[in-house]
Amino acid sequence: MTRKVGVRGLVKSFESKHVLKGVDLEVDLHEVVCVIGSSGSGKSTLLKCVNLLIPIDGGAIFLDGEEITAPTVNPNDVRKRMGIVFQAFNLFPHMTVLRNITLGPIKVHGAERTEAEEQARDLLDRFGLSDKVDEYPDRLSGGQQQRVAVIRALANQPEVMLFDEVTSALDPELIAEVLAAIRGLKDEGMTMIIATHEMGFARDVADKVCFLDDGTFLESGPPTEIFTNPAQPRTRQFLQRIVEAGRL
Amino acid sequence: MWPGFRRARRYREEGARGALIAAGSTVIIAALITWWVITSEAWPQVQEQFFNPEHFRASWPAVLGGFWLNIEMFLVAEVLILVFALVLAMIRALRGPAFFPLRALVIVYIDLIRGIPIILLILLLGFGIPALRLPGVPNSRLFWGVAALVISYAAYTAEVYRAGIDSVHESQRMSGRSLGLTQIQSLRYVTVPQAIRNVVPALLNGFVSLQKDVALVYVLGVREAVREAEIYNARTFNYTAYIAAAILFLIASVPVARFADWYTERDRRRRQSVGAA
Repeated sequence: MTRKVGVRGLVKSFESKHVLKGVDLEVDLHEVVCVIGSSGSGKSTLLKCVNLLIPIDGGAIFLDGEEITAPTVNPNDVRKRMGIVFQAFNLFPHMTVLRNITLGPIKVHGAERTEAEEQARDLLDRFGLSDKVDEYPDRLSGGQQQRVAVIRALANQPEVMLFDEVTSALDPELIAEVLAAIRGLKDEGMTMIIATHEMGFARDVADKVCFLDDGTFLESGPPTEIFTNPAQPRTRQFLQRIVEAGRL
Repeated sequence: MWPGFRRARRYREEGARGALIAAGSTVIIAALITWWVITSEAWPQVQEQFFNPEHFRASWPAVLGGFWLNIEMFLVAEVLILVFALVLAMIRALRGPAFFPLRALVIVYIDLIRGIPIILLILLLGFGIPALRLPGVPNSRLFWGVAALVISYAAYTAEVYRAGIDSVHESQRMSGRSLGLTQIQSLRYVTVPQAIRNVVPALLNGFVSLQKDVALVYVLGVREAVREAEIYNARTFNYTAYIAAAILFLIASVPVARFADWYTERDRRRRQSVGAA
């Protein structure tokens, strides 16, 4: 199998707070990795580091075997090849849905407007949002906004998709539509790293589940193993709390 | 009759009564002040000196002619200020060590210019640069007077834009960058359009201010409204021309001030309704 993304000894601190203390991760082509762990464990920081949105303090990150954290690499070239979807959607409120989606292709990839719009309409159609083309984001529900955010990232034709707790800000009845969209991507073979609190979803969709605790991956493996027979007591404790909360 | 109707009518009646009270008290206070002024002993002389209808008529054409120049200066300066200040603010918003020299330059510029009284800047540029007789550099005082206004106002306006840029949430910038946009693209397409929307009232406030400050170039001898009024005064020893100039400035600036208030209020309501939805 081809290695798509590699993270080696990643260290990241915010002022005096050590968030990531040496994280290692390997993601193969077409693989779906779910990162679980309690709030504040650094899942979101990890994804932002992988997309080079925040500078790292140590270690290295690789894409297709090339070190993207090397100083000679232009971060913009890397970000073009990866899509990220955020917890709070972060759509551009002053642009229509269509403009939100075509901004990247037109400005970053130099696509023709007509061509970019055609692609955007196709994607909106596929995700059941074709009637929202000309709406502004504040006229959409949270679930619709988040699906537009997924489409916006996809319109750049990324090789890897990163999902940063994309359902955490949604009302329960809106979560399913977003998760369905991600499942659709898995079926198409998209390589994905998904930070999530939705354990049921992680069990379904993940090829590998990684438990992030206190700044390192304490345990990782296939979902059946992690969810049914975790090796580490801390993992067991974490999952126990999830079960008690009725989320697994 | 349904209950809401009654209440609505009562509110409307109260609204009408409120307007009546406001109008009434305004008339009374205005009358009191007028009475207080015109019963003063010196009023007849002051009226002759400042509010003389004949002098008003006589000075009006010259003052009005000069005022068109004020309007032209204002329009040209405002456009240049809005563009130049935005460039300054965008440079200041760039991050990373590579842009440090540019950022530092902008900060020094803004600090220095804001520290110099605008009238001094007008005098220094307006008299100083034409005196240098530099080849290829315009030597009209009007040109350098307006340039001084642009240079000074751009420094303040850049700070207004900066407040706007800072008011756009960091996640928007991050979202733009995540698509692969460069810093400048992300500022241009994502941050700045939202920033400008947030500072329109403050920018309009600057318009009102500049509309009056263009009169400062009169110190260079530029024949705008105040200068024309001064010339009239020097010839006739009557101050009514100044009142004529003041009226012209009021006619131009009060509508802009009202518009700024109306816009701010509308924007505030709109945001509240979005927040509630």
